[in-house]
Amino acid sequence: MTVQSAYTRLFDILKDSFSIKKCLFPLLGIIVFLALWHSSANRIQTSLGEFPGPVVVYEQWNSLVADHVEERDKETAFFERQEIRNAKKLVKDPNYVVKERAYTGKPTFFDQIFTSLYTVLAGFGLASLIAIPLGILIGLNGHVYSALNPIIQIFKPVSPLAWLPLVTMVVSASYVTDDPIFAKSFLTSMFTVTLCCMWPTLINTAVGVAAIEQDLLNVSKVLRLNWITHISKIVIPSAIPMMFTGLRLSLGIAWMVLIAAEMLAQNPGLGKFVWDEFQNGSSNSLGRIMVAVLVIGFIGFLLDRVMLMIQRLSSWDKTQVLR
Amino acid sequence: MTHLDISKVSIEFPTPKGPFKALDNVSLKIKKGEFVSLIGHSGCGKSTVLNIVAGLYDATEGGILLDGKEVRGPGPERAVVFQNHSLLPWLTTYQNVELAVKQVFKGRKTKKDMHDWILHNLDLVQMTHAMDKRPAEISGGMKQRVGIARALSMEPSVLLMDEPFGALDALTRAHLQDSLMDIQKDLNNTVIMITHDVDEAVLLSDRIVMMTNGPAASIGEILSVDLERPRNRLELADNPKYVQYRAQVLKFLYEKQRKVEPITQPKKVTPTPPDHDEKVAS
Repeated sequence: MTVQSAYTRLFDILKDSFSIKKCLFPLLGIIVFLALWHSSANRIQTSLGEFPGPVVVYEQWNSLVADHVEERDKETAFFERQEIRNAKKLVKDPNYVVKERAYTGKPTFFDQIFTSLYTVLAGFGLASLIAIPLGILIGLNGHVYSALNPIIQIFKPVSPLAWLPLVTMVVSASYVTDDPIFAKSFLTSMFTVTLCCMWPTLINTAVGVAAIEQDLLNVSKVLRLNWITHISKIVIPSAIPMMFTGLRLSLGIAWMVLIAAEMLAQNPGLGKFVWDEFQNGSSNSLGRIMVAVLVIGFIGFLLDRVMLMIQRLSSWDKTQVLR
Repeated sequence: MTHLDISKVSIEFPTPKGPFKALDNVSLKIKKGEFVSLIGHSGCGKSTVLNIVAGLYDATEGGILLDGKEVRGPGPERAVVFQNHSLLPWLTTYQNVELAVKQVFKGRKTKKDMHDWILHNLDLVQMTHAMDKRPAEISGGMKQRVGIARALSMEPSVLLMDEPFGALDALTRAHLQDSLMDIQKDLNNTVIMITHDVDEAVLLSDRIVMMTNGPAASIGEILSVDLERPRNRLELADNPKYVQYRAQVLKFLYEKQRKVEPITQPKKVTPTPPDHDEKVAS
């Protein structure tokens, strides 16, 4: 595809998805929702004031953005001061070893978003690294499936909140170093996410692998493919659609679990933001929590869209309808 | 001299009601370069014979000798053309053949030679024009051509074809039969082909092996087809020998081995869709 035709296609897709016909009903839905939210919010009284309506949430969003900008300015100023100080010391004493001090200001809402994204992707990545190979193994071998199935079925429905104390204790006991690359709270949240979100990928991969057409298996047998070629050329491509179904479910669960895990593990992410605002209990708190709720939802949606895009790129079956 | 020897093959499948004997004492000797078709009613175990020769099933008794040596398990020297093409849908035409060629000629051919060999085989079935297309993008007949190219590219001692044209429309089928005869003229492969189609059997084969109905099916009659090659379907239509061969096969299938199947099955409570039974049976 030439660059030009790619642009034309992109343009067509955009034009198509933003046409009045397609946007009308979603827009209508959003407007009705906002109206209902607005009219019912001021009837709910709490000890922290009214339940935040759309207007309050918008104001809080702006204040969070302002906080972020302010904090970044402070940080830049801090590093500028440090540089000037160091330069001065070097002039006085050429043997002076420069000390770079990290900025220790509080993380803003947007920093927390990135921490959350980073943590969820790490946990999800680890889960996929475990679940895909294990799923392939289970799918290929009925005995392994029978052996592991009860264990999978038992651990699958466990809530992240139940895992968290155990993970916390194990992480604090086993991750003992003087120079930690990762914060313990990060590891705790990540492992909790991994434990909770690996199951759909595991199960769907196994089902996809077990459902390979007998004819294709016969082709592999007639060609006497060795197991590596068999898995890379026949098993994985054939299981990819199911694998992605699992991966998308897993990522959804990972994101949901993460917020809960961060709240309790005190990992500096969106979960902690919500918790801190709740503990803070100012008149702005509810509005800020509502901003977090919407942002969490929006990011969850974006994550799923990204997975869908990867699925479209990697899927060999272009006729398959993906949504 | 015998090239492939199917020697006293019997097979039993375990079922909840005890073992089911599908084939009983099937023996067949095939010469090098011979084209043999297996014909019989559906469910008579034709495919089972082919699968045993391919090594996909193990015979309960008896075995398969290739050039005097027993063969066990599947292998590319007994390449199979499957009924529904069985191309890997995520690979292009070229890559499908390449997978076979790389596997069979690893270390024996250079990259360049492999590439030429792949193109040569695609050219044999006239599919070079679609070498970058995926199976979903080409027609059923084309897919089957690629399936044949893949099998031929393995340079098999025996080419096994499991109703290769069964799923195609009559015109495409005739076209592919002609192509197959052309290829066969050049390569002179040893072929076992399963078919339902009497005309196809007479047109293509040197010998037609007619199988009795199961259970415990075996070979009923063997008919040697003594017609000059190259054969032309239009000229043969009026050829008395051809007509007679055809009549012989038909007689075997519809008089001697008439398959009496009840059209309605009184036990079934739920009605099944019209062509459902046929599909399950084949």
